[in-house]
Amino acid sequence: MATKVVMAQLSPTMEEGRLVEWKVSEGDEIEQGDIVAEIETDKANMDVEALGSGVLRRIVVDEGETVPVGALIGVIAGEDEDISGILEEAEAAAGAEKEEVEAAKAGGAEEEEEAEEEGEEAAAGQAEAGGGERAGQGAAAKAAPGRRDGGRVRASPVARKMADEEGIDLSRLEGSGPGGRVVKADVEEAVESGVGRRDAAAGPERLTEERIELSQMRKAIARRLTQSLGPVPHFFLTSEIDMGRALDLRAEINGRLADEGDEGEPTKIGVNDLLLKAAAEALVRHPEINASWGEGEIVRHGSVDLGIAVAVEEGLITPVLRDADRKGLRRIAAEAGGLIDRAREKDLQPDEYQGATFSISNLGMFPIEEFTAIINPPEAAILAVGRTVEKPVVVDGEVVVRRRMRVTMSCDHRVIDGATGARFLDTFKGMLENPLAMLL
Amino acid sequence: MADKFDVVVIGAGPAGYVCAIRAAQLGLKTACVESNSYEGGFGGTCLNWGCIPAKALLESASLAHKLESQGEAFGVKPVEVEYDMGAAVSRSREISEKLVGGISYLFKKNDIESVVGHGRIAGKGKVRVEVEDGDDRELEAEHIVVATGSVMKTFPGFEFDGEKVIGSREALALDELPGKMVVVGGGYVGVEFADVFDAFGVEVTLVEALDTLVPGFDPELGKTLERTYKKRGIDVRTETKVKSVDRDADPMVLTVETDDGEDTIETDVVLMAVGRKPVLEDVGLEEVGAETTEDGFIRVDEMLRTSVEGIYAIGDVAGQPMLAHKGSHEGIVAAEHIAGEDPHPLRYDNIPSIGYCHPEIASIGLSAEQAEEEGYDVKVGKYPFSAHGRALTAGDPEGFVKVVSETKYGEVLGVHMIGHNVSELAAEAGIGRMLEATVEEFAAHPHGHPTMSEAVMEAALAAMDRAIHR
Repeated sequence: MATKVVMAQLSPTMEEGRLVEWKVSEGDEIEQGDIVAEIETDKANMDVEALGSGVLRRIVVDEGETVPVGALIGVIAGEDEDISGILEEAEAAAGAEKEEVEAAKAGGAEEEEEAEEEGEEAAAGQAEAGGGERAGQGAAAKAAPGRRDGGRVRASPVARKMADEEGIDLSRLEGSGPGGRVVKADVEEAVESGVGRRDAAAGPERLTEERIELSQMRKAIARRLTQSLGPVPHFFLTSEIDMGRALDLRAEINGRLADEGDEGEPTKIGVNDLLLKAAAEALVRHPEINASWGEGEIVRHGSVDLGIAVAVEEGLITPVLRDADRKGLRRIAAEAGGLIDRAREKDLQPDEYQGATFSISNLGMFPIEEFTAIINPPEAAILAVGRTVEKPVVVDGEVVVRRRMRVTMSCDHRVIDGATGARFLDTFKGMLENPLAMLL
Repeated sequence: MADKFDVVVIGAGPAGYVCAIRAAQLGLKTACVESNSYEGGFGGTCLNWGCIPAKALLESASLAHKLESQGEAFGVKPVEVEYDMGAAVSRSREISEKLVGGISYLFKKNDIESVVGHGRIAGKGKVRVEVEDGDDRELEAEHIVVATGSVMKTFPGFEFDGEKVIGSREALALDELPGKMVVVGGGYVGVEFADVFDAFGVEVTLVEALDTLVPGFDPELGKTLERTYKKRGIDVRTETKVKSVDRDADPMVLTVETDDGEDTIETDVVLMAVGRKPVLEDVGLEEVGAETTEDGFIRVDEMLRTSVEGIYAIGDVAGQPMLAHKGSHEGIVAAEHIAGEDPHPLRYDNIPSIGYCHPEIASIGLSAEQAEEEGYDVKVGKYPFSAHGRALTAGDPEGFVKVVSETKYGEVLGVHMIGHNVSELAAEAGIGRMLEATVEEFAAHPHGHPTMSEAVMEAALAAMDRAIHR
């Protein structure tokens, strides 16, 4: 009888796994209990055991591929046994699964009505559900495109070709066509105004996922430092930031928001929101920090998803603010506020506290001036934020009192080197010390 | 009855009635005023004395022409074809009446009040309707939509007399065929009538002042049409201007002028097909101060608002092209704008022009010349029907499809067609252009086989030098 080798669910939160390595080859004799493959989960790499004996007849999923839990990855069977039924079934399931996953991804966090539809159409459905008013559609369309998973942007063929030619990132444009579709005129306007241009002059590039092959030096650094200090070799960088202007700006914004009255938006921006915004902007400019150590490669993530460490009764949890680099300060404040509230009420869904690309732990409400935080793998860094205190500093040769905040970034030395981390921190500090820069 | 409305539409032609229905759909209390004029009625000139009856007669013409010229080849035993213009006209009237009746049904269904009488703007928010055999009514209207349409135009000296010098209105109601007819004007109305009367055995002369038939279209369409018309025996005279007509002579004598001098043509009837003019008189527009354009239309913006607040204008009164489908869509835009929606303005560069002559002509977007003038690097893909399966089975191998594209992105800028049933291909081109398709998409879609539409695909392929069947 044939035995299926499937992507097992190795943790309660695991939704998919990557096949790291086949330990056996097609045609090899397999005994029940043999280790046949190694897979990577959201938490760790695990071995896959054969649940039956026979010959490994077929490798369905190749090394490096990621498939959902339950998917067939190989077939063990008798030498001449007919396995075509199993393979067809798996193929059909994979097809359906793929569509659903794409639709769900395209739909983002919103409820998806037409999960069967292709991602692009599903996004359109969502935009239409946003209401008859063009404003509503526009807003949905703006949020819909450019997800890190490569969800498709709705755009006309001419718009696509023109964007390609002109170096415009379609995911950054707001479509004026029906359902937020990006049309030629939108790209022409973008070319004119420079919005959405991929070059650096018009602002930092939006991120795309990148997998960087390890150099021998990088491998050596990883190997040596891991031997020295745990599986994740930490090092720490501390910097002191003058928070005066950021705090003044925050007070000004909050005053203005209070004047506007409450329109369902929170009327207060917290210091933490400023830190999130600054981190997001700095990460876009330093994609090497927004990265993870993978098996045999470094993954630079295609989006900035910020983990926010929140203390709860029995410990701590880090809800994730998705796509923080694409959000304005008000939206960050609103979403982070909601996430933190729900974290305290233990009301988070698994996808709301998994998959951050960088985290911030802020103990500024306690009398802690500085501390170090432990990296939450597979993130490559975490920023520990101390309280802001008034203290004398020397400015232009004079001793003056300033509001200063110390931050310490823990870095995974396999991914980040001292200078790389320092450059990021420098940008982060600059954002907060000249806060208008990050709001533009 | 309360005479207060959110919208009062003056004119129930293809612009007005569609506007009224869309407004009612959006929850607006709507009335539509129709004067039942000589060329109008519910459904306008289009349904009563234009597009629809003309197409009915063209079908009669096509059938007659086909039987006569190809019956034997098609394996249909040759019969003596007799022409009964009276029967053909009756058939066209029945179709018109049926469709006009359909409008009353749609109005009832959508709770739109039909007001029969001459409507006139009587100050801000007021429409006064002169009701025949009844008291005038005054309708209060938050918004007024002027959709009064257009009427036949003629030249000085060629005033319509209803018998000898006629327009399209009379030509659609002829119960007896003349022996000879001169059609003045080679636009799509002129070429359609030339087609009809030629097929019915009338000796037709078609006179056009410019150097090609259907001058607004890609010049190659006019040239091809001229060639087929001449082959059929229609006397086509381009670059010929009409000077005068002697109505008292029997037969009448029409004097024309060319570069070579004057000439005369004997004829029983002169059919003037030299365009239409918007109906702006007696609508009350001057009184409220609505601005007009240099060429005599009501000035409107892209939401069809006139210069007077609360007054919109749509259809033939609102500017070129004077086409039913353009008017209907303006009606939709205006209604949605009135209802507070935020409609996309109509794309005037993407309205198909269609002539139902045989072979049919259809055109949308830029011609190659226009595209070059606009600075595009143009690539034209052309595919003839001469070896096209569906065209050959239809016995209609005349014509071609021409796709005008630009080379940078492959965007389809225009599609120009002449041939069997190409009127039905205009929508493919239009949707493609609206969605900003490139020649790649037109070529990649597996068009049904065998259909005339395959020629669009082949022309798109030809624009990439990849035509399969050439």
